[in-house]
Amino acid sequence: MAIIEEPLALETGSPGTVDQPLGMLTRPKGGNGWRDWVSTVDHKKIGIMYGVAAMFFFVVGGIEALLIRVQLAVPDGQVLSAGLYNQLFTMHGVTMVFLFIMPLAAAFANYLIPLQIGARDVAFPRLNALSFWIWISGAVFVNSSWFLGGGADCGWFCYSPNSGVTFSPGNGVDFYVFGLLIAGIASMVSSINLIVTVLNMRAPGMHLFRMPVLTWMLLVTQFLLVFALPVITVALFLLMFDRLFDSQFFNPEAGADPLLWQNLFWIFGHPEVYIIILPSFGIISEIIPTFSRKPIFGYSFMVFSGIAIGFMGWGVWAHHMFVSGIGPMSVAAFSLSTMFIAVPTGVKILNWLATMWGGKLRFSTAMLFAVGSIAMFTIGGVSGVTHALAPADTQQTDTYYIVAHFHYVIFGGGVLGLMGGAYFWWPKIFGHMLDETWGKVHFWVMLIGMNLTFGPMHVLGLQGMSRRIDTYAAGFGFEAWNMVATIGSFVIAFAVLIFFVNVYRSYKAAPSLPAPGPDPWDARSLEWMVPSPTPEHNFDEIPVVESEDEWWHRKYGYDEDNRVVRIATIEEAAQDGSAVGVHLPAPSFWPLVVAVGMPLIAYGLMFTLWLTVVGGALTAFGLYSWALEPVDDPDADHGHGDGHHGDGDDDHDDGGDTDEPTMAGVTAGDDAGGE
Amino acid sequence: MATATVDTALDTAHEDHGSSTGISNTKLAMWVFLGSECLLFGGLISTYLLYKTRRGPGPTNLAIPTDVFDIPFTSVSSFVLLMSSLTMVLALSALTRGDNAATRTWLLATATLGGVFIGGQVYEFTTFLREGVGFTSNPASSAFFTLTGFHGVHVSMGILMLMSLYVASVQGNLTPKNTETVEIVGLYWHFVDVVWIFIFTVIYLIPA
Repeated sequence: MAIIEEPLALETGSPGTVDQPLGMLTRPKGGNGWRDWVSTVDHKKIGIMYGVAAMFFFVVGGIEALLIRVQLAVPDGQVLSAGLYNQLFTMHGVTMVFLFIMPLAAAFANYLIPLQIGARDVAFPRLNALSFWIWISGAVFVNSSWFLGGGADCGWFCYSPNSGVTFSPGNGVDFYVFGLLIAGIASMVSSINLIVTVLNMRAPGMHLFRMPVLTWMLLVTQFLLVFALPVITVALFLLMFDRLFDSQFFNPEAGADPLLWQNLFWIFGHPEVYIIILPSFGIISEIIPTFSRKPIFGYSFMVFSGIAIGFMGWGVWAHHMFVSGIGPMSVAAFSLSTMFIAVPTGVKILNWLATMWGGKLRFSTAMLFAVGSIAMFTIGGVSGVTHALAPADTQQTDTYYIVAHFHYVIFGGGVLGLMGGAYFWWPKIFGHMLDETWGKVHFWVMLIGMNLTFGPMHVLGLQGMSRRIDTYAAGFGFEAWNMVATIGSFVIAFAVLIFFVNVYRSYKAAPSLPAPGPDPWDARSLEWMVPSPTPEHNFDEIPVVESEDEWWHRKYGYDEDNRVVRIATIEEAAQDGSAVGVHLPAPSFWPLVVAVGMPLIAYGLMFTLWLTVVGGALTAFGLYSWALEPVDDPDADHGHGDGHHGDGDDDHDDGGDTDEPTMAGVTAGDDAGGE
Repeated sequence: MATATVDTALDTAHEDHGSSTGISNTKLAMWVFLGSECLLFGGLISTYLLYKTRRGPGPTNLAIPTDVFDIPFTSVSSFVLLMSSLTMVLALSALTRGDNAATRTWLLATATLGGVFIGGQVYEFTTFLREGVGFTSNPASSAFFTLTGFHGVHVSMGILMLMSLYVASVQGNLTPKNTETVEIVGLYWHFVDVVWIFIFTVIYLIPA
């Protein structure tokens, strides 16, 4: 109850309220001091912080990957000890999944969902800040293991009984357990928040089936999170009880079943695969129509195939366990379901191709990344669907073939798509473009690098090279391809470096270049209606939505021959960000305080109990203070009660009455795919 | 699918600052959270079902929870917990009528019934321990204590929420305007009760 917030009253005040005294916690207005960032509840700033932190952990996980590849470059590698190698591949997986891809997707979700549905912020802005701070405290906690006795060494799936005290006596697995529990709380809070945002905060007229595909895919992702996270939470709690309090969940000597962990883990773990890939699918579905100058082909098919993936993702987990002896009936059932889940995925790929078909294609960097992502994902998808054949999978399990498969899916499908999203929305987020030439070099180097790295792993796997073994002997024919993969991994690292150089150069060059304006790509969804960078209040007036691809229809209409004609320039149709006195949620320090207590609780349980008391007290104090702090700044004249200037006149009615003119021409045939 | 609901919801949006579904943000969040909780208890119940007869190997052949159940006792405490749902509804109804005294009475009654249930659980746990079924005895007992313990923690959280409401009411901060807060706490409370019906059935009523 402590953290239940009032529904926010987010209304535009009348002009003249701009000089209202905002009290002690002054609402940051365009300021960028550190206080503004640590106390912010602005979904845009939180999104940017997610993105920056995710890129930091991308570098950390990348360095871990490079160390692995250096060790494997030649037979009998001596760079790493076997123990350190185990820690590195475990932490590489944990870092890339939980600390890079998921938060990078969260960055896009936080920044874009409110903008795409025409809202001023998420449903619970302070909980949003809480999610970020809890996640980052969990991320720092997991990585602190390097300095406190070494990281987890059980693989990111951490199978029992290997994860038990007997075989993993150090603290590494404890860091894994508590780190994922803390990060899980963050994702849980965040997903509930975003689900409520999408379902409840849509602009007038923004029906569910007018929402951009990205918002839809992110919504499906949040539902997957909300239902998958409690399952791994159970698994992690059981493991924690085993390790710290001597329970018997995963102790085979006491008659426990090691498959319990595998089932619980993969019931979470397979939906997790779609949690990783669906945001990228959504981003691709925004980029391709924009640069093909066509609406997305089969909008409802795109949405429903995403929903279908979300449902079917729950019925395929045991294909990770075909060699664990689950019996022929289970193997047959999960083989079939795994083949079926390829269908909605195939629908998506064909719809992207059909969107491009006959379109006026512009190969910007974002488009290159989107198309590259589809191509690479298709390779990974094809090798993936062959894993549905249990006999083939039995041969390939625990070989580099699997490593090749999931890197094509996650790096090719996931990371390339997210990079494309970065290039696409960069002007919206930062107010200047990323350099296209450098961007294209970035794309090609990254594409070549990933194929050099992960392509040879197919061959290595089929030749029988095992995963998770720290070295290999000469003479098995592994040498050449391993060297190629190692070279490729450094090419990827170089591509990431090019990206960072591009970010820096574009930032430096920005003042001398023309501003990108609200809509540099001639795009389709509502976020392009507001100035770049997005003003703090998002929309001057909440738009009234009349069609799918609303922003496009405000710019283009049809003539009497049903040809597309421009009816308004971007400047005419866009908002200028000049609204004043918009009522925004007040910032708060308490989310940070609550989050800081959590890793202390975990350290305490691992090392010395008094730290748990400190951490618990800090978190409880934070929650208590949070509950007593009003959602709205009481000193501001915006709060509930008296002094509520022109409530009824200014807010929603505005949208209804004054926002219409630009849309007059397109209200008639606004249905999906009508262009 | 959603078109009709959204359109009607929009008509009311002017009063309640625009919730597209017509359900308030906090209530929707609680529903989503409870959906997630189903999976949490689903995982724990599955674990118990898998392990409920596993005594562990060796000559000791330790006792498992099903050996030492006192079903009449647990039935009584389950009945107490289920009755607390009734008092919860009465508290909400009293607040809707603006009857603060009755609201406080029923909130306190709900918390007390929950407290009696927790007391019964503590008694049961200590009895089991004395009879040789401990948390670390075997997979069956670990699963039993974890499942019922998680439920107990949930009930305790509910009691904390109810007491917070009670304090708010005493301070005069709980008015008919806040019925939804009480309703949301009630949602949580009823959920915890419903989960107990499943747990009670699975653990105590279905024979091993």
